Amino acid sequence: MKSLLHHLAVTFQKHDLRGWVLPLLALLVWQTVTWFEWVDTRLIVPPGGVFAVAHAEMQSSAFWLGVAASLGRDLLGFALGSIAGIVFGCALALSRVANSLLSPSFHVIRQISLFAWVPLLSVYLGYGELSKLVLIALAVFYPVALSTHEGVAGIERKWLEVARVYEFNRKQFVWRLLLPAASPQIFTGLQLGLIYAWLGTIGAEFLLRSYDTIGLGETIFRGRAAFNIELIVFGMLVVGLVGYLLSQGAMHFERQALRWRSSY
Amino acid sequence: MKVESTYSAATAGVAAAGSEWPGYRGVIPIKLNRVLWASNGLLIPGMVFFLWQLAVTRHWVPEQLLPPPSLVWSSLVEMLASGELWEHLSISLGRLGLSLLIGCIVGLLLGAMMGVSRQARAYIYPSFSVLAQFPVIGWVPLLIIFAGIDEALKVAAITIAVVPPVAINTFNSIVNISGKLLEAARVFGFNPLQVVFRLIVPATVPGVFNGLRQGIMQAWLALVFVELLASSEGIGYLMVWGRQLLQMDLIVVSMLVIGLVGLILELLLGWLEKRVQPWQPAVSEKRQGL
Repeated sequence: MKSLLHHLAVTFQKHDLRGWVLPLLALLVWQTVTWFEWVDTRLIVPPGGVFAVAHAEMQSSAFWLGVAASLGRDLLGFALGSIAGIVFGCALALSRVANSLLSPSFHVIRQISLFAWVPLLSVYLGYGELSKLVLIALAVFYPVALSTHEGVAGIERKWLEVARVYEFNRKQFVWRLLLPAASPQIFTGLQLGLIYAWLGTIGAEFLLRSYDTIGLGETIFRGRAAFNIELIVFGMLVVGLVGYLLSQGAMHFERQALRWRSSY
Repeated sequence: MKVESTYSAATAGVAAAGSEWPGYRGVIPIKLNRVLWASNGLLIPGMVFFLWQLAVTRHWVPEQLLPPPSLVWSSLVEMLASGELWEHLSISLGRLGLSLLIGCIVGLLLGAMMGVSRQARAYIYPSFSVLAQFPVIGWVPLLIIFAGIDEALKVAAITIAVVPPVAINTFNSIVNISGKLLEAARVFGFNPLQVVFRLIVPATVPGVFNGLRQGIMQAWLALVFVELLASSEGIGYLMVWGRQLLQMDLIVVSMLVIGLVGLILELLLGWLEKRVQPWQPAVSEKRQGL
């Protein structure tokens, strides 16, 4: 009993309750203004309505299919973009020829804002899954390539000499020196990439919509078409929470993956 | 032996960063070498351009899908001459400027508040850190309901994109001011005004500037997004228009302009960064190896 009380005390100290004041206050204001109808409740819907819609949606398999479709798209695009980014970043950092050939073009093309590719993509690849994946992969590619380059170019010369003394072959060179040594920057890039992947996913679902697309973006558009604001708010909250969870997960993963470094 | 040679080529690449291309050294003058080396970067664009022209003249792709370079060029010149391009661009830049102004003020205030006051931090930070990780464009459908699809929507959406990076960087740079500096200020008998202007402001300039840089980039991203989604003027709208009419030259011209503005923004930021903190090398300079 005593230990339980102690545990509670520690938990409450750790989780500062003051942080809850603002969200609860917002909820209270929201509830009050809609309860007394001080605002147009067709536009500002009451929290209860959002909860009801959330409850109904969570029962339906269509909603979960949409979440799964969006997440699948996100992760597949992330995988494609990050592999391309790591390979490209390494190539630019390791080969002076590749660097001189590609980096000027890369830096100019990088300046074209991500979503500016959408009209061109839609003309060439249509509004299907492929164009969405390309957009997501592109969103991931830039931060991963930049960070990988930074990481690999920053490897100390001493270590390269050690690798040469030990006569590492190419495979050993990549897996035992290159990637471990550059891993902090690569992980930073991947973490950024994961955030951008979600941005790209939602953007792709909004801008590259087709009648047969399923996903979270479509849920929101369903709400918009039916003027179902509860559904829009709910969809938005899910989009935000998934984004939040993805970046929290990435941070956790990064800490786990880089734990070996702290043993030095 | 073969393994050894590829490997040493790879290590040489890492180790020799910053020097001249080894292939020509000693054979030709250094200046010429440098020019040749720099012109390598034009090889790929040149090849792409050549293939583009070839694909058009050989009719590999229908002309509706791949306009000849000459058409893109003439559209660009025509739209520049008629002032149409500038009109759309100035509308977009106006939106960008206004949102940046609002977003930076809000972000700076929010960040400074959380950085200076422990109370404010305890109340605001948890909510802020969760909301800051919501993807910006997720807000847009909700904003459309409240703000319609007019200027208010664009300004609100872009502002939402600017606030988090500015606030987070401001907050972090204030929190990370080392205690030693504050102690030194106390030893020198700084008054509060001196503490703010001679310690806090200079110490936070790099962080705040970094936030500003990220904020501008986010704003540019959000701007193109909202203009593509819901707009009747602006550079993003020009692309939507081109897409609807399947006028590829319009799309390509808009992309060129968007890329150019992005480039100018980045160069401007690099230049500004040097001006505001001449004692540190610019971030863009550190990255110049790539």
